[in-house]
Amino acid sequence: MRIAVLSGKGGTGKTLVSINLAAATETSAYIDCDVEEPNGYLFFKPRNIQEEEVSVRIPKVNDKLCSGCRKCVDFCKFNALAYIKDKLIIFEDICHSCGGCILLCPEQALTEKEKVIGKVQKGISDQVTVYTGVLNTGEPSGVPIIKKLLAEAKLEITKTTLIDCPPGSACTVMESIKDADYCILVAEPTLFGVHNLNIVYELVKLFNKPFGVVLNKCLDGEDLSEKFCLEKGIRILGRIPFDQELGRLNSNAEIAVRKSEKYRRIFSSLLETVEKEAHHEAASDS
Amino acid sequence: MKQLLILSGKGGTGKTTIASAFIKLAEAKAYADCDVDAPNLHLITEQTSQSRKTDYYGLPKAEINTDLCIECDQCRQNCRFNAISADGKYKVDSFACEGCGVCELVCPAGAIALKPAVAGELMLYKSEGEVFSTAQLKMGSGTSGMLVTEVKKQMKSAAADVELAIIDGSPGIGCPVIASLSGVDMVLIVAEPSISGISDMERIINTAAKFGIKTAVCINKFDTNIQNTEKIESFCIEHGLAYMGRIPFDSEAVKAINNGQTIVDIDCLSGAAVKAVYNRTMELLLEEGDGP
Repeated sequence: MRIAVLSGKGGTGKTLVSINLAAATETSAYIDCDVEEPNGYLFFKPRNIQEEEVSVRIPKVNDKLCSGCRKCVDFCKFNALAYIKDKLIIFEDICHSCGGCILLCPEQALTEKEKVIGKVQKGISDQVTVYTGVLNTGEPSGVPIIKKLLAEAKLEITKTTLIDCPPGSACTVMESIKDADYCILVAEPTLFGVHNLNIVYELVKLFNKPFGVVLNKCLDGEDLSEKFCLEKGIRILGRIPFDQELGRLNSNAEIAVRKSEKYRRIFSSLLETVEKEAHHEAASDS
Repeated sequence: MKQLLILSGKGGTGKTTIASAFIKLAEAKAYADCDVDAPNLHLITEQTSQSRKTDYYGLPKAEINTDLCIECDQCRQNCRFNAISADGKYKVDSFACEGCGVCELVCPAGAIALKPAVAGELMLYKSEGEVFSTAQLKMGSGTSGMLVTEVKKQMKSAAADVELAIIDGSPGIGCPVIASLSGVDMVLIVAEPSISGISDMERIINTAAKFGIKTAVCINKFDTNIQNTEKIESFCIEHGLAYMGRIPFDSEAVKAINNGQTIVDIDCLSGAAVKAVYNRTMELLLEEGDGP
């Protein structure tokens, strides 16, 4: 069972929900797909870390063979190549590693080299296997790291797997939810929260994923996200109250369910609801 | 035009709340929302006029003409994005396709063509000498950095002679953030006093430093964890980062935002604190003789 946790807006509690659900499960895997700003490992403090670099393939030119025909420059849709002052220049950060220029070069002047853009780590924190992806600063795209993470974690298929997604609704989020069996949308009760909830709601519908909403930071009074869910007939999986104690634990990178029985109960019951929903969806799907 | 960009690394620290207060305080004549996959600034800046909308075309998408396709499998084998499937007929997954054109290049039957694809929508609001540029990326689209560049370009061309522009950025450190950094005069980082917030702040500071941009820090919701607030303040001193001040957690701020108001529209603690942060930030932004 693969459960993706996403939100559109940042800071609504994706990491809070995914780490605590993972920690409330008997045996689980946690995958931090927010490779631009990974935080889950700060909470889990995993041990026995195994690390692997992630690289992409980037063209390199042999100037002696390059005839200056510019076919590669004209072909590259990303403008990652330029021919300036009788020399072919490659802008590595813009390259999407499609390999087109290499296929095209009539002089075989272009070959590929590996360029490291980040790493994936695997470690253990009690009963949770923790996977973390880290994009190097200055690198534009974390998608290859997310792909690698999800491929590595495929081996955990028997475990409940929590996928902590990046914020937004762009390619990185899409990649993260691709293989998920169920999506949890974490929403905040604010005007911004509901607007961004709507965006990820559209996203999970587009990808035909079964989903439900967790309302976080619930205060007394009107909850715009709750209202949205009721209007659209969206399943509300649970409510996490706005709570200073939880805020304090979370800001100190502590896992609430490992610190207090009260939160263990909250997240265990949320987990139960999610698993029931997900199985129900899976059953009605087939 | 002096451009101030507001970033945070971590999401939800208060970029838009602070950007909207700055826009109000500065009576800014030009501003933009570069968080194109989850834009929010339009919700809180009153717009009296209708926006001018334009389709944004990202990179094209490949399309296979199955009448011409000879099923040689060349396209599938050469696609680095696994965007081509061959269950029965050959087909392109338009979400996975990055529009590189390799399939078109290798197809011996001329069955593949790249077709323009709308990847989002640009919006430009213009009223009473005020320009607001924003956009919405189409879901799951991959060219957010390019759209961010278009948002800024649209703002600049509509407000060429304006002296100050305030730009709300996106979370993270990847392509949309890198695109938003290009050409700005200064970055204000809105940090949050949590272990996660500190880690994310350090990564965005490193990213901004790679592009050599003047960077300052302020702390939002500082009183939710005083120890971590002090850690951030000493970090700024150690690394010679300009520190703009603290803003408290304030339930009045949530109410203001939910009413579509900025925190300086009402009388509240966070509003008073953000004014002091604003004054220091403007002083630093307008300082002459900076940079190499």
